[in-house]
Amino acid sequence: MTPGGTSGAPGVVVVTGVGRYLGAHVAARLAADPRIERVIGVDAPDSGTEFTDLLDRVERIRVDSGSLGGLLADLDVDAVVHLALVTSPDPQHGGRSAMKDQNVIGSMQMLAACQRAPRLRKLVVRSSTAAYGVSFRDPAVFTEETEPREVPRGGFGRDILDLEGYVRGFRRRRSDVTATVLRFAPFIGSTADTTLTRYFSQPFVPTVFGRDPRLQFLHFDDALEVLHRSIVEDHPGTYNVAGPGVLSLSQAIRRAGRVAVPVLEPGLSGAAALARTMGFGRYGLDQVDLFVHGRVVDTSRLEQEYGFTPRSTAEAFEDFIRAHHGGVVVTRDQLAAAEQLVLDGIRQVRSAVRERSS
Amino acid sequence: MSGPEEGRDPQSVGRFDVPQQVPAPDAEPARRNGHRPAAQAAPTPTAPPVSSAPPTPTPTPTPARTPAGEVDAALPGGTEPVVSDRPGDHWDRKVANGLAFLRRRLSGDYEVDEFGFDAELTDAVFHPLLRLLYRDWFRTEVSGVQHVPVDGPALVVGNHSGTVALDALILSAALHDKHPAHRYLRLLGADLVFRMPVVSELARKTGGTVACNPDAERLLGGGDLVGVFPEGFKGIGKLYADRYKLQRFGRGGFVSAALRTGTPIVPVAIVGGEEIYPMLADIKPLARLLKLPYFPVTPTFPLLGPLGMVPLPSKWLIEFCPPIPTAHLTDSADDPLVVFNLADQVRETIQQTLHTLLERRPDPFGP
Repeated sequence: MTPGGTSGAPGVVVVTGVGRYLGAHVAARLAADPRIERVIGVDAPDSGTEFTDLLDRVERIRVDSGSLGGLLADLDVDAVVHLALVTSPDPQHGGRSAMKDQNVIGSMQMLAACQRAPRLRKLVVRSSTAAYGVSFRDPAVFTEETEPREVPRGGFGRDILDLEGYVRGFRRRRSDVTATVLRFAPFIGSTADTTLTRYFSQPFVPTVFGRDPRLQFLHFDDALEVLHRSIVEDHPGTYNVAGPGVLSLSQAIRRAGRVAVPVLEPGLSGAAALARTMGFGRYGLDQVDLFVHGRVVDTSRLEQEYGFTPRSTAEAFEDFIRAHHGGVVVTRDQLAAAEQLVLDGIRQVRSAVRERSS
Repeated sequence: MSGPEEGRDPQSVGRFDVPQQVPAPDAEPARRNGHRPAAQAAPTPTAPPVSSAPPTPTPTPTPARTPAGEVDAALPGGTEPVVSDRPGDHWDRKVANGLAFLRRRLSGDYEVDEFGFDAELTDAVFHPLLRLLYRDWFRTEVSGVQHVPVDGPALVVGNHSGTVALDALILSAALHDKHPAHRYLRLLGADLVFRMPVVSELARKTGGTVACNPDAERLLGGGDLVGVFPEGFKGIGKLYADRYKLQRFGRGGFVSAALRTGTPIVPVAIVGGEEIYPMLADIKPLARLLKLPYFPVTPTFPLLGPLGMVPLPSKWLIEFCPPIPTAHLTDSADDPLVVFNLADQVRETIQQTLHTLLERRPDPFGP
């Protein structure tokens, strides 16, 4: 195995956000690992029951984040995986204010609880490459040391900056805990259901006029692998987690066989703001900014420290396309056929002309 | 790319197998637009596979019914004697290649590097356009290309001029064409370039990126050829009266990037850019209103409107100077004295070379 070995595997692991897709899969995967004795899934009291069959080996506790402190101390927790983040406001569940409650207040309470847990040795926090903010003066490729130049306009980006600030404070106060911050690129994969996968599943995809952002994706299975390794091995620090390589948005849309509909940027921002206030759609300024600026990160630190390279952005996207071929407008075969048709047409006309003249 | 290949196989196997035993010298007329060695073996109208093919108005066996991608692969073969006497074949190939290019673009089947550089698009679209401009319109003469290394990184530092930064594009296209290794020059641009829609997209696709030290060092660290114009807007936005007077070189960020990576600096002097849009005045209030660094008034702009955008056909000379090694100064990247001295040395070299080039070109609009 990679450096760290199995010696770092903790006995009792708490996973937050098991009511959501990522949390449920991580908890199930950790529960299947024989080195880990107990996996406890923590979730908000009002969370759904979508993933109960996945979580049959996970002890589930429904508790609101305020009373988490006593719980972590009582359970003799060794490690905490904090995944309870909301990436986009969900109008059915309180919109942006509920999102901020969960991302910022929830994380603060989580970290406060961790600080008081005496046996805690390890903390793994899900962050996002949105932590780099967006600016026109940004370098093309972000390394973990790059500081954000401007505070992002989107809610999620701001939440992530706050969250990382709290984790820095936690590191200072509990230097004995191995804290790992994973900055994930947007997830994609055959089964994942995220804002971006919904975006690329539409037949006609809105883009920003005159911009062709560079995007990176992370295959969902690779995200699970990295989270798993972060728990059973020791990798203190902050890591970019993304599929190597780059797809430009126009290229991704073409590969998926969709049709891009360029929209002027002020119009798109306005539409995003309108959609948010009217309470429909999940696109926000986070997405608009991503589609103006793009975001590419350097993953060499992850590859060195974890000894693991996620599958490339192009492969991850290919996997997504295979699973979502439903809304395809133009396929490659159709394009190839059209090419043949034109070539044949030209030849036929020319030979006909030649026949007549000879 | 599996699509067309699969679609072709069953047919082509039959078509190319059978004629092996059909030497048929009289098949010649049917081979008018043959593209590939297989054309020699193209079936005559009597060959069974063709009769089963979709009905065509003529018995031409259309041997080029293969994916265009394969056409150029088959070209180096011994087709020349068969094909060369048919003038139409050249165009057939062009059309086929063009269609294949279009299909690759439309299906997203190309590579983009982490800076957004699209080599295929640059080769197929941008460089041919720039070639027209630098070769036929500006009659550019390039000298000293041997000073640009054949492989490994180098930092090409030039003088900036011409109201719009056309000189950077001309330099990159000319260098790519004239250099023996046909290297791409990765330009570093001001953030204003990346603020503007469309322009930012084009800049990234042609290999540009934001002028900042992380990007410069990343490109140099990857062994790329990086082009930088340290004068920035002070250079392109200067009045015609100040032509060929190098402006301040800023903080010398380009030097520290070169020092940190131990990359040689290749100064380059570009003569001709100053005359393409001679800037007579700068309407500052209008520039401030439009958030631009300057608003130019040239003899033709804004007087003639869009027609004023046509650059005047000045005569261009580009000279690359001998490289300045920096490998021995890697530790001094943060030493302002070393950085400023080196920046001055580069600046002086370019200024001297500009003077010699200007002597060689007495008439700015000469042949």
